[in-house]
Amino acid sequence: MDAILLQTLNGLDKGSAYALIALGLTLIFGTLGVVNFAHGALFMVGAFCAVTVSRLLTLSYTVIDETRTDFLGNPMKVDMPYLKSWLGETVGGTIIDWSVPLAILFTIPVMLVLGYAMERGLIKHFYKRPHADQILVTFGLAIVLQELIKHYFGANPIPTPAPPMLTGSFDFGALVGMDPNQVIYPYWRLVYFLFSAAIIGAVFAFLQFTTFGMVVRAGMADRETVGLLGINIDRRFTIMFGIAAAVAGLAGTMYAPIISPNYHMGMDFLVLSFVVVVVGGMGSLPGAVLAGFLLGVLESFSSMNEIKNILPGIDQIIIYLVAIVILLTRPRGLMGRKGVMEE
Amino acid sequence: MLGLEKKDATLLLVVIALALAAPILLNPFPTESAMAQFNAGYPDLMQKFAIYGIFAIGFNILFGLTGYLSFGHAAFLGVGSYSAVWMFKLLSMNVIPALVLAVLVSSLFALVIGYISLRRSGIYFSILTLAFAQMSFNLAYSVLTPITNGETGLQLSLDDPRILGISQTADGGIPLTSLFGLAMRDSVAVKLGGWSFEFSVGYYVCAILMLVCFYLAMRIFRSPFGLMLRAVKTNQTRLNYTGLNSRPYTLAAFVISGMYAGLAGGLLAAMDPLAGAERMQWTASGEVVLMTILGGAGTLFGPVLGAGFIKYFENIFSKINDSVLQNWFGFLPDGVENVVLWVVEHFVGPGWHLTLGLLFMLVVIFLPGGLMEGGQRIAGLLRGKRKSGGDGGGDDPEYHPGQTPHVAE
Repeated sequence: MDAILLQTLNGLDKGSAYALIALGLTLIFGTLGVVNFAHGALFMVGAFCAVTVSRLLTLSYTVIDETRTDFLGNPMKVDMPYLKSWLGETVGGTIIDWSVPLAILFTIPVMLVLGYAMERGLIKHFYKRPHADQILVTFGLAIVLQELIKHYFGANPIPTPAPPMLTGSFDFGALVGMDPNQVIYPYWRLVYFLFSAAIIGAVFAFLQFTTFGMVVRAGMADRETVGLLGINIDRRFTIMFGIAAAVAGLAGTMYAPIISPNYHMGMDFLVLSFVVVVVGGMGSLPGAVLAGFLLGVLESFSSMNEIKNILPGIDQIIIYLVAIVILLTRPRGLMGRKGVMEE
Repeated sequence: MLGLEKKDATLLLVVIALALAAPILLNPFPTESAMAQFNAGYPDLMQKFAIYGIFAIGFNILFGLTGYLSFGHAAFLGVGSYSAVWMFKLLSMNVIPALVLAVLVSSLFALVIGYISLRRSGIYFSILTLAFAQMSFNLAYSVLTPITNGETGLQLSLDDPRILGISQTADGGIPLTSLFGLAMRDSVAVKLGGWSFEFSVGYYVCAILMLVCFYLAMRIFRSPFGLMLRAVKTNQTRLNYTGLNSRPYTLAAFVISGMYAGLAGGLLAAMDPLAGAERMQWTASGEVVLMTILGGAGTLFGPVLGAGFIKYFENIFSKINDSVLQNWFGFLPDGVENVVLWVVEHFVGPGWHLTLGLLFMLVVIFLPGGLMEGGQRIAGLLRGKRKSGGDGGGDDPEYHPGQTPHVAE
């Protein structure tokens, strides 16, 4: 029982990342009809937004600390972040510690602008081209983004810690009345899950309860008619592209403490997220979210030793296996709509 | 000639001439000159041209003709490499049985994967092939370690049985891969003035196989079977409505292109007898897609051109470093030089992939037909100028051919 609970929890954080990326992919596909292979790269750029913010906040100058000496007996040189010297040890230190959550404020505008520019500059010209061309050009863009990041941040993963308050683990089992020390869960993963649940909720609420969202939904159903009603649907779709980019970026920013950002993390997630989208059903937002969590949890279950002993290697291939089975038995995925991307 | 039309026969002869004379043609600069770093006529690189040429020709039979975009072709390359290395370990160091086994095993793999994947088309097909390739890659890394030797990669060792050959040479080394006694590493260097040309056995084995593959691809392109594949690309639905079952044709194309990939993988192992799982990773599949598109999907010569182009610039661009750049731009005033250096250094050395990505995007955006289309447009432009203008409308360089509807729609 506790093993099941533990694996479910473990699957949730990865599932959240899949769900967020898949949600963005589906938004773009559902609105613009574009298959965006650069979405994983946007996730990666989001993670590097966290790195950038934490670097900016720790910009330092060197001071000589008279109280300590190095091994030669000279006074030690210490890096002093500007923030600490301006705002004092406690306030400045706290801000630096909370750099990852603070990076959200930085990520949102950056990703909105990046998404907007991407749509206007590149994707716009590919609406009428075949899906194969869209895949290819966004694949090229993903390589470009990835290499730019590699050029400026290097090829090695950059550890980006969560705030110290949230780095530890807590005993989830004891909280729900089970034996203590059976289900230990890191705080940050819980934070990540709650965060992504909030983002997903916000996106759905935005689409469901605002006029803007209503128009976008109408446009997804029948773009031409909405256009004939005198609504500039293209502009709204462009904004949706920006929002989808921001969702991917936020997913990446908050994921930075879980996996140290490296330049190819986007591609690793993209492949899986595409599988998630297809399993969920092309064009279905709830399908993408559901499939994201489902596959995340499945992946974590299959890495249990009990299961690995029966079927060795299953943890490596479970997602692909599920995808193959679903694609062959349910052509539209779990919740796909009729008439979307069918051959 | 050989059942080809005159135009095709000419193309084939040109390709044969180019391939056989490559060690000379690709070494245009004397060894001592400053330009020698742009020479590509050394065996390692030329072998790559030929091997990836085979890979891309095969991929083009599937993608160029039927429009099915496979993102998992590297799996066959990897399978081919593994089977070839196993043949070297168990049977003998002769490359023929190794290549035969590589082609056979990869065709079996292609048959199974193709049979399942081809039930769907469009992006679903891409995802299915990708899923199979990633599965093979992950399994090769983890559970299949007894067969693949996991992260280290499969290598030859001194105590391999090699039933028809020798386990180790007289001086206790691992025997070299060979073709009936001709070692793949053997080469003849010819010095001619300041030039030095190296003719290696390995390259000629690869080149001859590449030519055979090219010829076969040509025959497939011009055959009724090839026409059927084009019909699949143009409008599969309509084809099905005429009562034809297109799946045997697409499956045949898939298996053929898998065999080409297996042969390429086997050759990679024959030139350098080791095989690693990273050959099966999806980045490798992406690479062959890049080669084909860059050269021109659906054309005969395009994929070879794309493969050569990418492998050449990969080698040359990654060799250019800061000191070389400073040499080149040293004549500029300091301020300008720094700016130029700053810009250029993004694109060379380790930044080569950035250049590749940008180039690829530009090709997809402006030249959907790849380098071949670019060449044709330039040729058309030149011809148009010679024709005293006036009726130049047909040679309009801005003319974009209408999009052929892909299956992906």
